Amino acid sequence: MAKKKIRRLKNLTLQFVTFAELEGLSSYKKVKKLLDMVEEKKILIIQAKLSPEEESDLIEETMKKIGKAKKFKGIELAVFSPTMKKASGFSKFKKRLADLIGGERDVLTIIGPASIIKEIKKDPTKMQLLLKT
Amino acid sequence: MVSRFIKFFKKLFRIFETRNHFKLGFYGPPNSGKTTLANRISKDWLGKPIGAVSKIPHETRQVVFSEEEIEIENDGKKLKFKLVDTPGITTKIDYENFLKYGLKGKEARKRAKEATKGVIESIKWLDDMDLVVIVLDSTQNPYTQVNITIIGNLVARDIPVLIVANKIDLKSSNLKRVEGAFPEYGVAGISAKKGKNMEKFYDDLFRLSKGKKIKKKRKKEIKEFVKEVEPLKEKLKNKKRSKTKKRKTKKSE
Repeated sequence: MAKKKIRRLKNLTLQFVTFAELEGLSSYKKVKKLLDMVEEKKILIIQAKLSPEEESDLIEETMKKIGKAKKFKGIELAVFSPTMKKASGFSKFKKRLADLIGGERDVLTIIGPASIIKEIKKDPTKMQLLLKT
Repeated sequence: MVSRFIKFFKKLFRIFETRNHFKLGFYGPPNSGKTTLANRISKDWLGKPIGAVSKIPHETRQVVFSEEEIEIENDGKKLKFKLVDTPGITTKIDYENFLKYGLKGKEARKRAKEATKGVIESIKWLDDMDLVVIVLDSTQNPYTQVNITIIGNLVARDIPVLIVANKIDLKSSNLKRVEGAFPEYGVAGISAKKGKNMEKFYDDLFRLSKGKKIKKKRKKEIKEFVKEVEPLKEKLKNKKRSKTKKRKTKKSE
């Protein structure tokens, strides 16, 4: 019987970044810290959401890095937050209150190098990370 | 001092100029048809295109303005604006992708380098827009973070947004998916290439230009202006006071 070839990914690192790790950092430091980790070929799972301004800063800094570093081709970025469309009014209110007090902690942001991640497929119910083999 | 005065009068002019002509920006991911739509509008009202179109992504690598102001009419109402076509925003650029389109190594590398600069330029121009049309390819998945980032940045800046689902003439187009992804925004399904449904686009553009958000933005500008003028007023008052004091002391002497 012919053996099936299995391709294995070498040195793939998934790193979980907690809310506390980014809390208190300025936007610039936050973006720099995340990009430095991505440049080390790590896929980051962050327990927080960047603000729209921080996201655009991240894109700007990524573009600057592509111009400087030869092997860096950019990033893949996706945010996954639970949908509250079907939730009751009270549940929505509770979530908003919790977000106000403790920040949005039920949100996940995934950032990884474009040289490893082929695509992040996302729809309202699921998110799929497709890797390059 | 002179430059301060120039800045002061520029701001004053900006506030009191009529707000029915403004900068209309075209934003979106690469190859979604931003330039095709800008060209369609420019051809409809000026009779000439504003930029080159290509199948290779990142054809527009610099922010392009329409040479003249465009004046469009709808139900007897007029709207004046300058078209601003921007390079597509993305999170990754690999020169090897351009090789697939037949570009040679050197050419592909140059294009990639220019494209990265174009993305940065696009983001920097966000602040200067009065109204933005986000052009999305309706054959592609709209749930990408780049689209959400662009909209988030516009909302944070209080800039009105119109989402356009382009390429509805293609079989794989899915207008409902785009509408479902952005339920809180008006989505105009069009084909910029074929000129399909452009009336709906112009209707939405008119409706948005008369929206509350522009008024809000104007109020914000006026507030900022008043804040800047206050210290100047005080300075002038202080100068007057010191002059009158000097006169009085001279007289008493």
